[in-house]
Amino acid sequence: MTLLTVNGEEVSLDLPEDTPLLWALRDELRLTGTKFGCGIAQCGACTVMVDGMPRRSCVTPVGTLEGASVETIEKVEGPEAKAVQDAWTRIDVPQCGWCQSGQVMSATALLRMNPAPSDEDIDNAMAGNICRCATYVRIRAAIHDAAETLEG
Amino acid sequence: MTKQSRRQFLASSAGLVIGVALPLKGHAQSGAAAALGDGTLSEGAFAPNAFIRIAPDNTVTVLSKHIEFGQGPYTGLATLVADEMDASWDQIRVESAPANDELYKNLAFGLQGTGGSTAMANSWMQMRQAGAAARAMLVAAAAEEWGVDASTISVSAGEVTDGTNRASFGELAEAAARQSVPVEPAVKNRSEFTLIGTEVPKVDSRAKSTGTAEFTLDVYRDGMQTVVTRRPSVIGAKVASFDDSAALEVPGVVAVRQIPQGVAVYAENTAAALKGREALRVEWDMSEAETRSSEEIFAEFSRMAESPGVVVEEEGDSAAALESAETVHEAEFLFPYLAHAPMEPLDAVLEVTGDKAEIWMGAQFPTADKGAVAQVLGLAPENVTMNVMLAGGSFGRRAQPSAHIGAEVAAIAKATGGDGAWKLVWTREDDLTGAYYRPLTVHRMRGGIDADGNITAWEDRVVNQSIMEGTPFDQGGADPTSFEGSTKMPYDLPNRTIDWIKATSPVPVLWWRSVGHTHTGYATEVFLDELLEKAGKDPVQGRLDLMRDDAGRDRAVLERVAEMAGWDGTKVKGDRAYGVAVHESFETYVAQIVEVSDQGGMPRVHKVWVAVDCGIAINPNVIAAQIEGGVGYGLGTALFNELVLGPGGEVLQKNFDTYRMLRISEMPEVEVAIIESEADPTGIGEPGTPPIAPAVANAWRALTGTAPRKLPFAQAGA
Ligand code: FES
Ligand code: FES
Repeated sequence: MTLLTVNGEEVSLDLPEDTPLLWALRDELRLTGTKFGCGIAQCGACTVMVDGMPRRSCVTPVGTLEGASVETIEKVEGPEAKAVQDAWTRIDVPQCGWCQSGQVMSATALLRMNPAPSDEDIDNAMAGNICRCATYVRIRAAIHDAAETLEG
Repeated sequence: MTKQSRRQFLASSAGLVIGVALPLKGHAQSGAAAALGDGTLSEGAFAPNAFIRIAPDNTVTVLSKHIEFGQGPYTGLATLVADEMDASWDQIRVESAPANDELYKNLAFGLQGTGGSTAMANSWMQMRQAGAAARAMLVAAAAEEWGVDASTISVSAGEVTDGTNRASFGELAEAAARQSVPVEPAVKNRSEFTLIGTEVPKVDSRAKSTGTAEFTLDVYRDGMQTVVTRRPSVIGAKVASFDDSAALEVPGVVAVRQIPQGVAVYAENTAAALKGREALRVEWDMSEAETRSSEEIFAEFSRMAESPGVVVEEEGDSAAALESAETVHEAEFLFPYLAHAPMEPLDAVLEVTGDKAEIWMGAQFPTADKGAVAQVLGLAPENVTMNVMLAGGSFGRRAQPSAHIGAEVAAIAKATGGDGAWKLVWTREDDLTGAYYRPLTVHRMRGGIDADGNITAWEDRVVNQSIMEGTPFDQGGADPTSFEGSTKMPYDLPNRTIDWIKATSPVPVLWWRSVGHTHTGYATEVFLDELLEKAGKDPVQGRLDLMRDDAGRDRAVLERVAEMAGWDGTKVKGDRAYGVAVHESFETYVAQIVEVSDQGGMPRVHKVWVAVDCGIAINPNVIAAQIEGGVGYGLGTALFNELVLGPGGEVLQKNFDTYRMLRISEMPEVEVAIIESEADPTGIGEPGTPPIAPAVANAWRALTGTAPRKLPFAQAGA
């Protein structure tokens, strides 16, 4: 039994400790916005925030999350998340969309730490998120766009 | 499934024959009612045909007969309807059409399906007529209600008015449903378009940015079990025996059953299913497997390329011309197997209740998968309901004449012998080792140049497996998807022979974003670039000089891209080199120039200029996005990807750690220009891909002296 907070609510997960957080979120809590792409921390589709930091939920065992606070795409909040999602929509970033929950989470984490990232900062923060549709030029443009919105 | 042909479509340079018939019946509701079953339309709603539903709340729902996996048909088809209806873009919604060949066939194929970059091309008149019919019926309803002549009524941004009275579509829906359906509704002149040609926002961007878009993997049914199948790591191997004792010990694993596709592990959730599969021990029967390595297959195909094949295009006498040429240039190009690797691995959900079944999946040929479910379960096809879901990419992978996913999930249900619901999940390992690859291909090229620098001979021999053989698209004879693009080049090359040798292997192969053009674009544009250099010609001017008189659209994109990139004939400036390629596929013309530098022995692509002619640009923003994506897809593949069969045939790349994807730091800047055109729209999902690899190789040759003879640039495992 693991007790943790997911999107602000207390949850107890009665699952084997080695269950990846990804499948706990999807199969148990029906939070299906977090996606599966590789299962080995290579693609970033499963990115969520754990205690405020981006994490690959596919390789995060629930047993390590006692007392942790998890934030998923369904409830990601704050000015950075809003700016990112608005920019994503305005610039029509998504193609198939499968990677985009993870991209939005990584971009939000980046802007929370660095409100005015350079191209190089973006490369470093986003290199772990694969987009097979190669929407990368728009991801870059949307992050800059979101940063400008935040600046006001 | 009918034998109507993608092949015919691909083979016909005259383009698509676009049927004008709408699936309309005697009175207004019948189209959608037939498709959706009675009672699915809400009270007071109006369905003028199978593609449009107008609700009293004033929403207009467009039913997309094409699957949406990022290439934009939901937005594009809705744009055609909305423009002809004079609807407001805000009131438009899009849903997937059900599986029904009669109502929703691709007019280029004759069956329901998405592929060959045909979505907009085959729907261009059909969806506009659907919208025009709806508009005419709304106008007729208003005229009747207000007692005025229909000619006094105008429609704009979703409002119907005669100057005095005003009504929304929703208010008129019920009355419109009583009007007769126009048989040949008049569509707009191009000058009257208000949405077509503009950048209306995509209908699905918001949902895909907030995690609310629903895909197959997101479907949960009561009592559903999750199933993963253990399949062979050598393609074509069959289960000889298995030991499930350890798997059954795993908490949450419910059962283990053998199915034709392998050994299926049924569990309460995904994590348990995956753990159970890990614990499974399976012995494989290799008698029908492909046990040759990629290296052995390449050697075999190269040997085959020494003898002539079936001539598929010929002009003059290439052998004699090579004899008398001043310079003869030869090259052999090797192209590996490739996986599509859509971001969402394959999946399906099936629920069986008595003699009925319902399936949810990202099916590109929905009637084929529905048929497979019916066949495996022994059900009448009309008792199977297909829900076509949004899919996380495809690139051809979900366009399955074999319907193997429908068949597998049905086998999973059948093996239980009862009712229930099952979700079939493929992992990335299943995806990469699961075959249906881009065919491994060898091109053997020979070219001759005379003393004046004219290209006097051209030979291109292609060796690969046939994609269409044995599918409903197979019409016998040479398979054009094996060599399309080697044929019908825009250049006037006298003394030309293109021939094809059909190879065989137990490895299933499939169309992969741009199909034959994935390798023919590279072989022809790299080899031509080398011949032009040997002849002392400029890569751009040399191509333009060779273009046939009827190759005006190829010429226009090449001239445009040269202008965009400021091409002045200088191939190397400082540490940067420039390369060009032009290639038509699916009747869309694309030219690219790339700027490349050498980063530790690998090309680093900084910038790509692209000129594209895809006829009338329905949505320039979606076109640019598809070009950007097509460039990134082709570039990552050319740089990194090879699906290698190792010794004994084992697939060596099992996940993204070894099958490496392009990342944001490797993505070039992409500048796209769309040529103004009056021609009917053609495809955009695939044509951005073929030119990028040859353009980069040509730049790389300018920089280093050689273009790769075997792709990818980085040999796998190196
Ligand atoms: S699914 Fe977790 S990183 Fe790919
Ligand atoms: S939008 Fe398709 S994988 Fe990123």
